[in-house]
Parts: sequence; structure tokens; C-alpha cells
Amino acid sequence: MSDLQTLQTEILAAIAGASDEAAIEAVRVGALGKKGSISALLSTLGKMSPEQRKTEGAAINLAKDVVTQALTARRDILKSAALDARLASETIDVTLPLRDSAAEQGRIHPLSQVMDELTTIFADMGFAIAEGPDIETDDYNFTRLNFPEGHPAREMHDTFYFNPKEDGSRLLLRTHTSPVQVRTMLTQKPPIRIICPGRTYRSDSDQTHTPMFHQVEGLVIDKGSHLGHLKWILHEFCKAFFEVDNVNMRFRPSFFPFTEPSLEVDIQCRRDKNEIRFGEGDDWLEILGCGMVHPNVLRACDIDPDVYQGFAWGMGIDRIAMLKYGMADLRQLFEGDVRWLNHYGFKPLEVPTLAGGLST
Amino acid sequence: MKFSLSWLKDHLDTDEPLEKLADKLTMIGLEVEHIEDKAKVLKPFSIARIISAEQHPNADRLRVCKVDTGAGEPLQVVCGAPNARAGLTTVFAAPGTYIPAKDFTISVGNIRGVESQGMLCSAGELELPEDNDGIIELPADAPVGAGYAEWAKLGDPVLEINLTPNRQDCTGVHGIARDLAAADMGKFKDPGIKQVKGEFPCPVKVTVEDATLCPGFALRLVRGVKNGPSPEWLQKRLTSIGLRPINALVDITNFLTFDRARPLHVFDAAKVKGDIVVRHARDGETLKALDGRTYTLDSKVCVIADEHGVESLAGIMGGEASGCSEDTVDVLIESALWNEINIAQTGRKLGINSDARYRFERGVDPNFMLPGLELATKLVMDLCGGSPSENIVVGNAYGDDRVIDFPISEVKRLAAIDVPMVEMRRILVHLGFMMVGNGPVVKVAVPSWRSDVHGKADIVEEIMRIVGVDKVPMTPFERGDAPRKPILTQIQLRTRRAKRALAARGLVEAVTWSFISKPHAEVFGGGAPELALANPIAADLSDMRPSLLPGLIASAQANTDHGFADLALFEVGQVFKGDRPQDQFVAAAGLRHGLASSNGMGRHWSGSASAGALDAKADAFAVLAAAGAPMQALQIVPGGASWLHPGRSGTIQIGPQNILGYFGELHPRALEALGADGPLMAFEVILDRIPDAKQRATRAKPTLELSAFQPVSRDFAFIVDRSVKSGDIVRAAAGVDKKLITGVSVFDVYEGKGIDDDKKSVAIAVTMQPREKTLTDQEIEAAAAKIVAEVTKKTGGILRA
Repeated sequence: MSDLQTLQTEILAAIAGASDEAAIEAVRVGALGKKGSISALLSTLGKMSPEQRKTEGAAINLAKDVVTQALTARRDILKSAALDARLASETIDVTLPLRDSAAEQGRIHPLSQVMDELTTIFADMGFAIAEGPDIETDDYNFTRLNFPEGHPAREMHDTFYFNPKEDGSRLLLRTHTSPVQVRTMLTQKPPIRIICPGRTYRSDSDQTHTPMFHQVEGLVIDKGSHLGHLKWILHEFCKAFFEVDNVNMRFRPSFFPFTEPSLEVDIQCRRDKNEIRFGEGDDWLEILGCGMVHPNVLRACDIDPDVYQGFAWGMGIDRIAMLKYGMADLRQLFEGDVRWLNHYGFKPLEVPTLAGGLST
Repeated sequence: MKFSLSWLKDHLDTDEPLEKLADKLTMIGLEVEHIEDKAKVLKPFSIARIISAEQHPNADRLRVCKVDTGAGEPLQVVCGAPNARAGLTTVFAAPGTYIPAKDFTISVGNIRGVESQGMLCSAGELELPEDNDGIIELPADAPVGAGYAEWAKLGDPVLEINLTPNRQDCTGVHGIARDLAAADMGKFKDPGIKQVKGEFPCPVKVTVEDATLCPGFALRLVRGVKNGPSPEWLQKRLTSIGLRPINALVDITNFLTFDRARPLHVFDAAKVKGDIVVRHARDGETLKALDGRTYTLDSKVCVIADEHGVESLAGIMGGEASGCSEDTVDVLIESALWNEINIAQTGRKLGINSDARYRFERGVDPNFMLPGLELATKLVMDLCGGSPSENIVVGNAYGDDRVIDFPISEVKRLAAIDVPMVEMRRILVHLGFMMVGNGPVVKVAVPSWRSDVHGKADIVEEIMRIVGVDKVPMTPFERGDAPRKPILTQIQLRTRRAKRALAARGLVEAVTWSFISKPHAEVFGGGAPELALANPIAADLSDMRPSLLPGLIASAQANTDHGFADLALFEVGQVFKGDRPQDQFVAAAGLRHGLASSNGMGRHWSGSASAGALDAKADAFAVLAAAGAPMQALQIVPGGASWLHPGRSGTIQIGPQNILGYFGELHPRALEALGADGPLMAFEVILDRIPDAKQRATRAKPTLELSAFQPVSRDFAFIVDRSVKSGDIVRAAAGVDKKLITGVSVFDVYEGKGIDDDKKSVAIAVTMQPREKTLTDQEIEAAAAKIVAEVTKKTGGILRA
């Protein structure tokens, strides 16, 4: 074995024996560095004869290539092993529980959600949203709605009043959202197509009544709208709102001062303990009142009842929300108990749309 | 309004089954709320006789009875009733029978070691009136083995109608029968009412002082009556609807109240002194009424008086002193018309809900004042004998005629149903209207008992409800070619976005009362007299809220008391600064309590932090941004409303004239006044105060300018007085070159070691965006020097070495 071969064998053994990148660098410097063993051999080439340089030079360069490749290969292995070793030591506890994101923790109150649902449905039918103040005049809340002074129907409303003013007039908290209809009719020429959602007040408190509640009323005034249209709208609404294929509805004659003819509407349902199913069963559940706008109301709002006609309806938002989402006690809606709100509330990204569904 | 089926049949000849009648009533607008059918419920109960009753071996109060049920061997029944004795005929329930009052089904039982094969029943257990201590005692001749309900003639179902306030005619069974007959449910029995000829002039004179309160008054004396218990048929009528029979004279008035919607009053003539005056009560006059209570009256109350004083509350309740008893010999019968509004007001004021008030405040049939008196006279004479005087009538005995010009096309126009003319006529005539003419406009005369019918729409309703609302065809309501534009107003959109923005920050939406207690309102600048309710439902719900925070704070405290102290709540809703429509605003408010910082709720390995005032600021800004406020234009002024900690609060404004809201830590005094545990971080902004954004003609966004040159960022740390606001440093730096400087952020604030006690270090990063060419080092240095100089000038800050 020549010296060169011996040297190469020794270097390769040193490479194989190198256990880390520092060791392999030492071997590289020892062999290929400025003062390295192979570099020393290469530096002898200048002194050789051309023939000798040809043969020796090729042999030395071959040895250099072999050593270089071995170094590279060994270095790659060691580098990879070192990375593996480092990674193996770098662990985290992936089971640590996360915080819910804020958007998962926040809640929209079911009443807000249901108001958004109502808006979505009626917007699709071409209705606008009208609103008005909670503090109203007797005129807008009663008189223009055909409640004569002292009429017992006024007493059905258990009105909250403010103290009389110097001129004897006294303001009140609206007992229904109908004053918004009055305000709309007084300021807007027919055709009118609005819904009026809002907060209303009556001095009544038990399991099914709170002194404050929410209503949505609808109003249509034009030259041809009749009870057949009203029935259709309410039917479409109930199907859309309760998200069922069919709802059986029963329209009964009734009485409200501001409509004539007046109707009350029941929907068919089946009740099991906490759950209500619509479109089946043999219970009837009253959900709303409606009718053709009374000619006296139209007149009081400067609309000629012989030219224009229309209908109105009203229902309790709290009530239909409770029915749809299975909330048992009305009072809990206003208690702000976070346990209740977390359970019955909606996440902020659950925005009702017709395309994506109202509640899904 | 309650009545029994057999009572209805006094006025309606019908063979229709109960269910069908009830359904029809509901569908013509007389909603049946409840049917009580004793015959059905009590069918399994039978008549039985106790053969023997022995002392129970193991219980003092129990007896072991042998009972003959009329079927096979006698049964052994253990009974605890004190009157369970041999020979008693009573009511028996076999095992398997459902006991209504106890809500259970009995089975063969073992009571203290003795088998019991059924149960002997009390009236209470059967939900019958006349309950007493023991089991029911029947006459000895009651047929053993027969059904009890059938034998006791309990087979008369009672219907209860939820009567709408317009249908005064249906406060009497007669009127209900008329409606049913019109709806093809049978033949209406309406025999004429004969006059009873008076045998002598009525000796009592009547004066009506105010005809507006009493448009008509009729009176008649019947002499020589023999009062006593009324006959069984009359008592049964009254007891069937829960009225207690008293004596024949009183029972007659109660009967006609329900039978004909005609309340009457009877005075014992011997107890009435002198003539009768219908007048206003005098302030402070009192009357002991028939309910045994004494009422103090005022001049708004209408009374019937004699020389003794007030004898009766007109149209509401009679007085005890002049009431009829078994000893009454001469009776004065009164039939009158009263002012509806006055009756309603008086009834409400005195808190009397009588059957008479119920009818008079709805208005009775004026034309029936005299026929009602005749009917009453006849009943008095039939049941009690006596001789009648002539009638005295003061005022009108009839109402105004009402004739409506009715275009028959109205039915189609409003109700969308095609009803042939003959059918319209048939319906109206059955209901007591008269229809003259053959169209297109007919004349319709309204019967005197339908004071609710005034116009065309009322007649449409009459026809529609009898034809059937189910005949109204559902008709699609096309939305037409109106464009699909957004329908929400600016404030509605802001409200929606504010809610979702706050929920997306982890806050939970509450809805709280619009009214709060006066002390709480005062803490937040409310409590003005014009915003206080005259008749609050409770003392703590008395004043319109000037802010959403008192309600939210109360909710937060309740949650804390329940053990949920780390919480973030919000509300978006109305607040009231005055009583005019323009004083009502939509506010958004939120609060954070406990470990509820913006970074997350509760204790957590990733870090737990108590909410701070700046979390409330972040909430406020999130709302304002979502609601479309011009964020660049907002100014933050230190200090806020009086209910906030003066050093840890801020005011959000656009100039001093437009304050959008406040944020910060609740003032300890406010917390104390509200009874809440702090610290609480809160904000409230008024969404109406956000300036409207400019309407743009196109939806396209402005062209995006992308610079080809890299932005440059330079950091500066300034030593400033502690009182210097970091916002001023940022504004000073940004103002140096508004075109070049595109961003300034505060990345460090430090107070403490290495800095003088009254100083702090604020470090800012300034981003410069060149647009035409890369900045040279000289240009950057020049800009930096200007920034330092400007900050120093505005804040006194010195660049930290």
C-alpha cells in the first residue's frame, strides 16, 4: 500500500469516526486545510517532473475528491442527526387547553337575533323598517288609532303614564308599536309597506307578562291590498320564521279598535314538555292579531279610506322567540344572567340570512 | 261570559253537537276558551249505599264500610269521612277511576292493613260546589248503581267565551244564540215580549239631574210579592255558571243580566224613603254596598239616592240598606241606561268588577230598557206574585237609528270573498240588520243592540265572520318591481353592527329594563321629573334610564352574586335624555368585571388579567369603528363623566361640541350608590352622534396606490413628564410631514428605575413611506431631527440617550 493510500484510509477512518460537526471540521482542516496532509501532498506537485506530476497528481487529486465527498456525506449525516436530536428535545404540551376565541365567547341576545330574522324575512318581501320613540302622546298611541276617550279598550292596555304637563296633557310609554304606523302614515304617501319592531310597555307582571316587552307590527297601505294578501304574508312569514315546510294557521274574527275587520291567528302545534312542533299536533296557539286598517285610523292619518286600503298585524317578538327557541320563562329575557345568555344566545358570526338559513 | 248548553238551547233550537257549536262560536269571533263538561269527567262515578260501617281495627278515624254498588257482591271500602255511616246513599268510585280534584287514578288499596276496593267521594273530590266535611249525602231513594252525574243532572256542559269588548250583545245568552243561528247552527228563538199592564200609578217620583250620565231610567213598583228561594230551574241556571242563588227577586235580576244582557236592580220599596233622584254623589258620601264593603264617593260618581242618601251605585252595585230580602213585600224594579265611560271610570276607581258594570261599560241595548223591565216584572209576578204599577220612564227608551250606505263591492274589496247578494241579505237579516235595495249600494239599518257597528267595514266584518274567514283566499303579495335596496336606516345598521362587534370581542349581550330606580338614574344624570313614571309598577322601575349602564351594572352584580364574577356584558338600546322624540338615543354600552381583559376571560395558563380602563376604551373603539365613525377624527380627552374615576377615564369626542361617549373605571362613589362591587370598567357611546359618512355615487373603492419604494422605520424614545399624554407625542410626530409619515405607534411606555420619579419614557416607531425615490440617509436624518424637535416643542420631551 502506497503512502497516499494509507493516508486516504486514515482520513476516511477519521471521517467515519467523527461524531459531530466540529470533529468533522477538524478532520477537514487536517486533510484539506492550508496545512493539511492532502494539501501538503498537492504542494509537492510543483517540484515533480511532468511525467511524475501526471501520475502522482491524478492520484492525489483522486484522493482529494474521495475525501471531499466523504466529508460532505458525513457532514450531512451528522447535521441531520443533530437536527433530529435537537427537535427531539424540543417538545411542547399540545394538550394544553385553549381559551375560547372571543368570537366563540361573545353572545347576541336571542331578541336581537330574532329581530334580525324578522328583518331578513320581511326585507325579502319588500318591507322597510320603521321606528319611533318609546315615549308617546296619547294622541298617537290611542286617539288616532280609534280608541275613543274613556273606552274600555284603553284599559286593556294597562298604560304607564308620565305626570301631566301644565297644559294637562300627559305623555305615556307606548303600549304597542302602532304609533309608529301613525307616524309613518302622517309623513309618507301610500303605497306603504313597513314593519315596526320595537319596545313596548304595559303595567303587567307575571310569568307570561313583563312590564316591558317587544312587538313587531306590519302595515301595508295601497289601493288594492286585502285580507287574502294578509293571510298569505302571515303564512309565508310563519313558514320562514319557524323554518318548517308547512304551518297550519287558523284565522278567527276578533276585535281591535284600529282594525275592521279584525282577526286573531292561531297556529297548529304539538306540545311535549319543553318542545313545540309546528305543522303537526292538535293544539292551537294564538300568535298574533291583525286586520284591515280601520277607516277611522286612515282618516285620522289624513288618508282617504275610500281611495286607499290596507292591513296591519302585530305580534310579540319575545313570544315568538320563546316559541321558536324553547325558552320557558319570559322574565329571564331581561335578567342578564350570563348562564342563560350563554345558553340561549347566539354567536356573533351566526348572522341570519336567507341564503344560509335563519338559525343555522 | 259563561253559559250552559241547556241555557243556550232556551234561545236556540238546535241538534248540533257541543263540539260543533263550540268550534262555530270560535270561528265567528266568540272564542270558546273553556268547556266544562261534568257529564264526561264524572261518568265513571256511580251511586252506592253503605250497608255497614265498622271501626277500622288500626285507625281511630277510619271506618271499614260494606258498600252496595248495585253490581254483585258488596265491596269493602275504607273511608275516613266523619259521616260515613250505615244506610247512607253516596257516590262511589271504582278502582281505575280518575279523581279530578286529586289528579290521580285510584286502585285497590291496602289502608292500614285493610283492603279497600274503591272510594266514597266528597263533593270537593268531584270538583263540585257545596263542599262540606264528609262524603256526598244523597236522598235515600237515589237509585243505587246508576251513574251519579246523569242522576244529578250534571250533564249540562258549561262554555266560557273570551268575549271581545265590542260585543255587548253577547254578554247575554240570547245574543250568542242569535249569532249561532245566523251561522246556520239552529233556529233562533225570539218570541216577542208582552207588556205587563200596570194596575196603578207608580207612587215614587224619579228625577234625573244629569241626563249625560243617565240617558234613560225606568222604574216600576210591584206590591205584595212573596219573596223566598227561587225555583229549581232558576237556581240551576245560576249555579251552572258559578253564581250563588240568593232569593227570587235578586236571582231574577242576575238571571236577566246573563240571559238578556240586561242588568236590573231591585230595591225593597219599604226601605226607600221619599222620591228617587239620579245624581252625582257628593264628595265624601259613603255607601255600604251589597258586597258588604263601604265605598267613599266623589262628585264624579253617579248614584241613585232617596231621602236617606245614596241607595245604589248606578249601574255598578246596589246598596245593602235598600236591598231585597226574604221579608220584602213591595219591590221597586229599576231598568236604566248609563254613561259607559262614567261607569268604567267609577268601577275602576272603586275597584268593583260587577256583572252590571261589565255590561254597562260596554253599553247595553237602549231599546231593551223597557222590554227588560217588562220581562223582569213578569218573572217577579210569576215567581213571587204581587200587583204591578205602571212604568215611570225618564229620558229616552231607545237609541239613535243608524243606517249605513253600503256598496256591496266592499266585501270583495276588503275581504276578497265573493258573497252573493242573497247570502249577504240572509246573514244580515239573521243578525238583526235590515237591508234595503238591490245594489250596487244598499241601505243597511243597524239593530239597536249592535252599538259597535258604525260603517262599511263593520258590515264587511259581519258578513265575513259568518261566511267564514277560512273562505278568504290566500293571495300572493307580489313585491312588484320596486328595486332591492337596503331597507335599514343608518341607525338600524349601526345598532346591528355595534352588537356583532361587541359580541365578537367576547362580550355577552343583555337586554335590561328601560326604567330604573330614581337614585340610580340620578347617578347617571337622569331622574328628571318629566322622565319619572306617574304609575311605576315597582319603586325600582320608576324612571326612564339616562344610560344603559345602571341596568348592566345591576345584572353584573347579580351574576357576581351567583358566583360568576369574571364577566363582560353589553347592551345596545334606547336611552332617554328628555321626553321628546329627539331626546331618545340609541346607546351602546359595555362593562367588564374581574378577570375579563381584552385578552381573554378568567384564569388561564396563557395569562390572566383584570380588565382595565383601556379594555373599555378598546370596546368603545370597536363599536365606533363598526358603526362607521371617522376614527381618525376622534379625540380622546382625559377625564369623563361624573360617574367615572377622574384619573382613569376618557371622553371620546369630535370637537368639544360632539361628545360621542365615555370610557373608564367606574367611580367608587357611583359603585357605592349602585350597590355594586368594583372595580368595573365601562364605556358608553351614543350611536346617533356619529356623523354621517359622505354618500358616494359609486361603490368602487378609490384607486390603490402602491409605492415601489421600501418604507423606513425609525424608533425614538422620549423622556417626558408623567402628565404628558402619549397621544400628544404621537400627534406631534405624525404632524411633521403628513405625506411622508404614514404611521406612528407607541411600542413602549416605561416608568421606574433609571427614570426620574416624575418622568416616564415613551418609545415610538415612526414609519416613513417614500413615494418618488428611495430616501437618502441625510433625508432620513433630517426628518428624524424634525420629529425630535417637534415632540420636544409640543411635550417638552427629551430624546433618551
